[in-house]
Amino acid sequence: MREEPVHISDAQINEDLTRSLRRPSLLFVLVILALLVVLGVGVILYVYMVLSGMGVAGINRPVQWGLFIASFVFWIGLSHSGTLISAILRLTQAEWRRPITRGAEAMTVFTVAMGALYPLIHLGRVWKFYYIIPIPDGRGLWPNFRSPLVWDFMAITTYLTGSLLYLYLPMVPDMAVLRDRSTGLRRQLYTLLSLGWRGTEQEWRHLHRTLGVFMVVILPVAVSVHSIVSWDFAMAIAPPTWHSTIFAPYFVAGAIYSGLALVVTIMWLLRWGFHLENYLRADQFNNLGKMLFMMSIIWFYFWFSDALTTWYGRVPAEFETLRQTILGPFLPFFVTMILCNFVIPFATLGFRRVRTTAVGFVVSLLINVGMYCERFLIVVPGLAHGRLPFNWRDYAPTYVEIGIIAATFAGFILLYLLFTRFFPAVAIWEIKEGQLLRSTRDVAGVKLPTITRTE
Amino acid sequence: MPDPSSGTRKWGMVIDLDRCNGCEACVVACRVENNVAVAGADECGKGRQAYWIRVERYWHGEFPNVRASFMPILCQQCQNAPCEPVCPVYASYHDRAEQVNAQIYNRCIGTRYCANNCPYYVRFFNWFDYWFDPVVPTINVAYTNPMRMGLNLDPRRNQLNPDVTVRSRGVMEKCTFCIQRIRRARLDVIKQGGFQSADGIEHVKVPDGAVQPACVQTCPTGALVFGDLSDPESAVSKLATSERRFRLLEELGTEPVVIYLKELRP
Ligand code: SF4
Ligand code: SF4
Repeated sequence: MREEPVHISDAQINEDLTRSLRRPSLLFVLVILALLVVLGVGVILYVYMVLSGMGVAGINRPVQWGLFIASFVFWIGLSHSGTLISAILRLTQAEWRRPITRGAEAMTVFTVAMGALYPLIHLGRVWKFYYIIPIPDGRGLWPNFRSPLVWDFMAITTYLTGSLLYLYLPMVPDMAVLRDRSTGLRRQLYTLLSLGWRGTEQEWRHLHRTLGVFMVVILPVAVSVHSIVSWDFAMAIAPPTWHSTIFAPYFVAGAIYSGLALVVTIMWLLRWGFHLENYLRADQFNNLGKMLFMMSIIWFYFWFSDALTTWYGRVPAEFETLRQTILGPFLPFFVTMILCNFVIPFATLGFRRVRTTAVGFVVSLLINVGMYCERFLIVVPGLAHGRLPFNWRDYAPTYVEIGIIAATFAGFILLYLLFTRFFPAVAIWEIKEGQLLRSTRDVAGVKLPTITRTE
Repeated sequence: MPDPSSGTRKWGMVIDLDRCNGCEACVVACRVENNVAVAGADECGKGRQAYWIRVERYWHGEFPNVRASFMPILCQQCQNAPCEPVCPVYASYHDRAEQVNAQIYNRCIGTRYCANNCPYYVRFFNWFDYWFDPVVPTINVAYTNPMRMGLNLDPRRNQLNPDVTVRSRGVMEKCTFCIQRIRRARLDVIKQGGFQSADGIEHVKVPDGAVQPACVQTCPTGALVFGDLSDPESAVSKLATSERRFRLLEELGTEPVVIYLKELRP
């Protein structure tokens, strides 16, 4: 695989990066149709659940939160790395970020969108969901600001808005490119979205300055969102193993980890699907793989610190929950989690050969299988095996839960595919800017860089 | 008329485990008094049964020398209740007047967070509409009952207690210490003019024994005693000082007002 960037002409860049916007292949259409079917089935199941009651899902007493909440944490976790990685790499001016940023930011928006559905899906009376919104009313009735669920609501809406803007802002110059080369309805769409961008120097300055602010602001928002999701659990004292001070950083680490893995997965698919071999090169996969390798160690470190404290402390209820997780009915999930989250990535991602080949793609998928198990193991065992053994009960999801969750996966893929149909998945201007930065000019026989610094 | 909510009080219950014989009369009484739905055998098998008071049975020893012990568990009416702060909409809240942990059913949106954060597992979710025909009768295949189709023929409707709300699907419910009985007793006292005036505030003093939750009223062995813990002369206060006393999961700091009595056997 090619390591060093090659020089590509501007026309060729436009051609390559807008390829996905042209007439879709038959396969693409078929995939979209299949996804629509899965989505439709999920919607029907959801309506069925709302009309008859939450009892059609597998949750019970004491496992009042099941796969829905595990999926919620999973999606919000996935969303984490998109903006985070793009912001960090932009801030540190890592040149290899250029083909990744757009795809990662889009991933964040769509995963948050899917995650944000779950608090609604799992509500017993979804038709009253607006009780949680702080709307001033005549009775002076506010939501309970002490409840982590209210924090959740606010954090997620902030993050969704923020990451949507952070996706859109750097897309404006590309919208102008597309506006100038399209016709009909599409032209109208891009005209609207390009906000009259002409590419003057002042406009660029404004864009860079705004992005500079956004990068810095979105980082604490991203960290806070996943901390708050962890506090849904850590603030609860009753389920053993939930009430843990390490949960916030542990969740953030897990979120960065699973999000990064999804970025890698998506980058491979973009490379293969849209023939972006000259853009998504070994350089990118090598660096992302190194980050994954590091995150696998950090994730294990956090998990191990938490588990060791519980194991050693021998507080009866917590110890029992941990024992059930590691040696009890949850053993298959536990083994999958440790294998996929730590053993396999740690053993393989140290090798460049793995990071830069399709094996890396497989490992990135496995990591998210492991992370899903991890989310499940955080939510369920503490509920199922609580403090009063008389009430112990196991949990198995029903077809309703599985169907609805499958629909959100289909929804995410669908949104992403449609996104690539309408917007370039790699930022055109960022690639061109990168080329310009690398290029040199002959000035009176001396080779000088074209631009000394832009950002 | 004095404010019925005035005055200090702290309702509490003593449960004498040495007296309880596990007959579960309290469970039935509570169900009848508080319109607690009967979920049916299938739903029970899935862990969806609701009983605001339950009797936990534990076995001691090996066969044939086994001994059963019984432990009635209801909402412990924690004075520092973990179920309250987590509710995003104040459906689970502390009733200042009666010092009990109350639940506003029509405020509840069904996040079930409170039930997760109750260490005693005494909060019950309405997984279905157990009493009424669903909006679209045929869609509810998971809870089919020929009596519920079409006409409202379900005979269980006739047993509903008019003093207590019937809960719809999707809301959480739990023991209220039979707050409807407490309120009625207080209004009775006011009706008879039996309120005392101290430091300018009119206190409504409900005499000891005037309020009995359904479980207490029914218990044949007298294992359950209910009353005002802030009144040192009440029967419940006197029992509560017994050296046999303990509170369930006291180490969590939930400050329950349900006090258990149990003689420690070596
Ligand atoms: S026992 Fe449970 S439901 Fe009752 S007040 Fe305590 S935490 Fe809340
Ligand atoms: S009614 Fe009394 S004796 Fe019977 S189970 Fe309840 S508390 Fe025990």
